[in-house]
Amino acid sequence: MSVAAAGVGISSVERTGGPDGPVRGAGPDSAGPVGSRRLTPYFLLLPALLALVVFYVLPTLTLASTSLQTGDLQQGYSITWHWATYGDVLTQYWPQFLRSFAYAAAATLFALLIAYPLAYTIARRAGRWRNVLLALVVAPFFTSFLIRTLAWRQILADQGWVVSIMKSTGLMSVTDWLGLTSGRLLATPVAVVLGLTYNFLPFMTLPLYTSLEKIDPALLQASGDLYANAWQGFWRVTWPLSLPGVVGGTLLTFIPAAGDFVNQQFLGSVSETMTGNVIDSLALTQRDYPSAAAMSLVLMVAIVVLVTVYVRRSGTDELV
Amino acid sequence: MTSLSPAATTSTPSARSRVSATDARRPAPRPRPRPGRWLREHLVVFFGALGLLYLFVPIFVVVLFSFNQPTGRFNYTWVRFSTNAWAHPCAVSGMCDSLLVSIKIGVLATLTATLLGTLAAFALGRHRFRGRAVTNVLIFLPMATPEVVAGSSLLTLFINIGVPLGQLTIFIAHVMFCVSFVIVTVKARLAGMDPRLEQAAMDLYANRTQTFLRVTLPLVLPGIVAAALLSFSLSFDDFIITNFNSGSTVTFPMFVWGAYQRALPVQVNVIGTAMLLITLVVVGGGLLLRRRRPAAGRR
Repeated sequence: MSVAAAGVGISSVERTGGPDGPVRGAGPDSAGPVGSRRLTPYFLLLPALLALVVFYVLPTLTLASTSLQTGDLQQGYSITWHWATYGDVLTQYWPQFLRSFAYAAAATLFALLIAYPLAYTIARRAGRWRNVLLALVVAPFFTSFLIRTLAWRQILADQGWVVSIMKSTGLMSVTDWLGLTSGRLLATPVAVVLGLTYNFLPFMTLPLYTSLEKIDPALLQASGDLYANAWQGFWRVTWPLSLPGVVGGTLLTFIPAAGDFVNQQFLGSVSETMTGNVIDSLALTQRDYPSAAAMSLVLMVAIVVLVTVYVRRSGTDELV
Repeated sequence: MTSLSPAATTSTPSARSRVSATDARRPAPRPRPRPGRWLREHLVVFFGALGLLYLFVPIFVVVLFSFNQPTGRFNYTWVRFSTNAWAHPCAVSGMCDSLLVSIKIGVLATLTATLLGTLAAFALGRHRFRGRAVTNVLIFLPMATPEVVAGSSLLTLFINIGVPLGQLTIFIAHVMFCVSFVIVTVKARLAGMDPRLEQAAMDLYANRTQTFLRVTLPLVLPGIVAAALLSFSLSFDDFIITNFNSGSTVTFPMFVWGAYQRALPVQVNVIGTAMLLITLVVVGGGLLLRRRRPAAGRR
């Protein structure tokens, strides 16, 4: 997954004002006689929509039908409306679901805490270095995702400098006592959350930057004129106005983090897998396609429900 | 920010009286920054810099270890400096083949997705029609779907209709997830364009085709190029969706995934570093171009 995508996706959704927003710059065609080119948009859309229907909508439907099939590789599968697969999957793998959502939530929170000052600095304090800093934020993500994560594996290794510093300063005994580590960093939830936070950080930073950059500095000055101190100015002007970026960034971090299994595979322990690991192994190792399909659908539905509740709560419906 | 406004200075009477005693003509006197205040104002920059540093920690490791000469099969501990891997990047069997496969699929998927996506972006950015809302949702959904779900659902489709897994199925999967990103990128560029430029062209007796070729297209082109670059990097770096639909085809990410279990050669770091360098050159070149030639279509 990349990166710049995050900013592009969210910012453009905002800029055009959502699906029903006004068509700014309706262009030459709007000047033409009404009705003469009514079919043009459909012809233009046809190839892309065909691709999306055949390779996104249709697979989602086959996923649903596969989850209700029974059979095996030799005899072939057929739909038997075997709903029990869902029950089996949920009773067997509920810890993985919980772990996925907990890790993704933690990673999203940490990414927000790290990305906010970073985006604020770039949007408000960087001056003419703004574009250079933005490029620097995105650049690390053009070395391969897997190579980056392997580098973390190396950094957090038992003989690595991070662990030795933590041990010599006594920090490790504190985190051990807290139950976060176990004499090592690799193969702990801490390492997985750190990897998830790192890998999806630009997805948080770019939407935050887009909404922070749009805030009129005069508003902050006005709050100062009205005797707000710097903290009040932030909390009552900047933060509320940056909420679209916060919501967009948290969604773009949470969704891929909840489905990821690369960070868990490289940095986590074998016994504490996430939903992604299970789907991967069910589909590609055990070839139990119905269970893999059921897991995927449960994950998808859970994410859609969580996201809908979250977006409603945060009152930024226009985002999606 | 507050220091710029006159009201803020009234909250520090000592500062105001001192300044007004020395220079009464200045309209908005700036109070001398106290150390506590300076710290507070620059704290955010400090944390921002820390965040940027965090982004680069593993990158330093990747670059540094591309010059390592490890003793075992895994490039995890530093032994000694060597440019051996840079001199022989293809010495590892299978790696350069996998790179070629990734580049080939990346180029084909990018061309296809950019073409389909640009056409769709023009429809959405330039036309009002029934079904816009549904279309927008359909475009947004693939971007909001976790990759495991997208990958496994495509796998079930290919298995159900009996398409053999390989380069074709990877290509299809990549086009599917790139199209949405192309559409939103090009659409954003279209939305940011000043419609008066096209109106002006038509006022100057350019017909539709001329307006499109000589005004619209050059203005949208940076957006199309950005979308193509984005597509290529998405396709080239994709692991999760490819993993489900590759069969026995090995792309570069698939190679790294396999190597992590068997043996991790230094050459993997060389490719990682080279990818970063190429990106920096492209991005840096883009920034320089933009600085030299401020495009008329910029917002």
